[in-house]
Amino acid sequence: MKAQSSTPVEHAGLLQRIRYSIFPGTRKEREGYRNFFNTLILHFRPRTVPQRTLQFTLTWGLGGMAFVLVMILIGTGLLLKFVYQPFPDRAYESILHLQNEVLFGQLIRNIHYWSANLVIIVAFLHFLRVYFTGAFHPPRQFNWVIGLGLFSTVFLSNFTGYLLPWDQLAFWAITISTGMLEYVPIVGIWLQRWIQGGAEVGPATLSTFYAIHTAILPAAFIILMPFHFWRVRKAGGLVILRSPKEDENAKGEWVPAIPNLLLREVVVALAATALILLLSVALDAPLQSKANPGLSPNPTKAPWYFMGIQEMLLHFHPLFALFIIPILTVIVLAGLPYLNYQSHISGVWFVSSKARRMARMAVLVALLATPLVVLTDESMGLTRKIPGLPSLISTGVIPFGILVVAVWGFYGHMKRRHRATNTEAVQMIFVLIAVALIVVTLTGIFFRGAGMKLVWP
Amino acid sequence: MKHGSGVIAPKPEQVDRTPSSRRRFLRMLWIGLGVVAIGQVIAVVIAFLRPQKPKDRTTDAGTILEAGHMDKFPLNSVTAFVRGKFYLARLEDGGLLALSRKCTHLGCTVPWVSEKNKFECPCHGSSFDIRGEVVTQPAPRALDCYHVFIENNIVKVDTSKITKRSGFSARDVVYPGKSS
Repeated sequence: MKAQSSTPVEHAGLLQRIRYSIFPGTRKEREGYRNFFNTLILHFRPRTVPQRTLQFTLTWGLGGMAFVLVMILIGTGLLLKFVYQPFPDRAYESILHLQNEVLFGQLIRNIHYWSANLVIIVAFLHFLRVYFTGAFHPPRQFNWVIGLGLFSTVFLSNFTGYLLPWDQLAFWAITISTGMLEYVPIVGIWLQRWIQGGAEVGPATLSTFYAIHTAILPAAFIILMPFHFWRVRKAGGLVILRSPKEDENAKGEWVPAIPNLLLREVVVALAATALILLLSVALDAPLQSKANPGLSPNPTKAPWYFMGIQEMLLHFHPLFALFIIPILTVIVLAGLPYLNYQSHISGVWFVSSKARRMARMAVLVALLATPLVVLTDESMGLTRKIPGLPSLISTGVIPFGILVVAVWGFYGHMKRRHRATNTEAVQMIFVLIAVALIVVTLTGIFFRGAGMKLVWP
Repeated sequence: MKHGSGVIAPKPEQVDRTPSSRRRFLRMLWIGLGVVAIGQVIAVVIAFLRPQKPKDRTTDAGTILEAGHMDKFPLNSVTAFVRGKFYLARLEDGGLLALSRKCTHLGCTVPWVSEKNKFECPCHGSSFDIRGEVVTQPAPRALDCYHVFIENNIVKVDTSKITKRSGFSARDVVYPGKSS
């Protein structure tokens, strides 16, 4: 049989023969290969999608944009790997070489820099979108957790990449960020030593960060991203936007994914690429003078996405600012889909109109209360040491306790007053904390000057 | 299911129990060996990645730094040693103290501001007095210090051992008369 089928190959052209050598066998077997690829792709891409999930105001193209940015990052990162040298006495020089002598070197670095910063914002907005459309309820519970894993990977990639230019900005930001680890109880010093590869930021830190940044985290992306997308497909596609009265399972009309979905994705990808190119042409990635371990700049700030933590460090005992609060946040976020909700409402923006009102209230409260607390603490020193009490109590347990009680009281009060369901009340607290966190981060980025004093930008 | 039937079946006949227990033993052996193998791999990875300690030196040349003659350090002065990453502080009573330049808050390098007579951290505004004690927070504890000793009026500092302390203690100060 096979011998017979191979006879026509003798007469085929060169290209044809090469094609047959890649996909050998009979016509039927070759179709088998195609089917195999098609089914593989079908694990991620549907053949048809509900027309209503194509609405731009459902996703805002955020997930797709994050994917495109990660792809750009992998591409530009590969290029940078050819020029960059991860040694303290050569790293900074290799960046200078990249910028000044390598053709398009500065552009590639800018693209990498801007994509990295933008992907944090895009991933954060995507995270908000998923939360506010209730796309974390069953069957999407676990995909929310995978998403958090991807979000952490984005954070860690940014953080490890921050050190690589080995300029003053990089060196001191990583010094104080890893310095924060010292306050983690019991394992802190040990953890710090492992991450720094020694007692201080030095050659070992650079090679550790380089290995994590260029091997481990990209591998994490390559594993987690398909997993994330496959789970979207397993959940039957995206949530369907609806008004609260509409049936959740009514999917409406289905249309072919090609070209309907593909076209929209390509548009988002092109728009994201164009934005990145514009930014990269207009604004250069920062590069200060070469790292000098003997000279700390004033003020020294952590990377912008960690400024919230650094700001909290000014108000809370380090154990709370650097350990208890971040750990609690991660646990609560990962646990969000598994809370006891009375109803699983997905596909409705902000759950219901009542929940919308409550969320608005939470935004208002957070916008007023957070700066107020920061200002009063700054001027009156609320969390300074109370004589006779250890600072762990006076600047840790007491203020954090007050905060928890205040949030809990707000939750109880609003829930009773509005006769709200769990879903509605939890969303309100989510909004409260998210806005407070954004305010605190912005305070750290823009309103902290020399000596970490409050200033007007 | 499997487990349950395994318990019931061999009960009536003694003969069946022997191969089953041998099989069980071999299975446990395999599992045990597998666990040991995985443990070894993990141990190797951890040992490989562990931050390296500076090699034990037989000579003191690397860690003991000769600061100079006693008279080079006037009373109430601070001298920076870039190579050893410390400051040598001569207190008003003549005592010597080697202070780490690393801020105890988040690890920035603290410069000595002689006009204000204190160490001021540029990063987050902590400051320390000449004895390394915290003057303004957020620094949680006094500057770390190194061991100082004096041989033939030459001041030497052992940079291999760092002492963490909550506040100033007279024990860390070395006086010319006492040790020689």
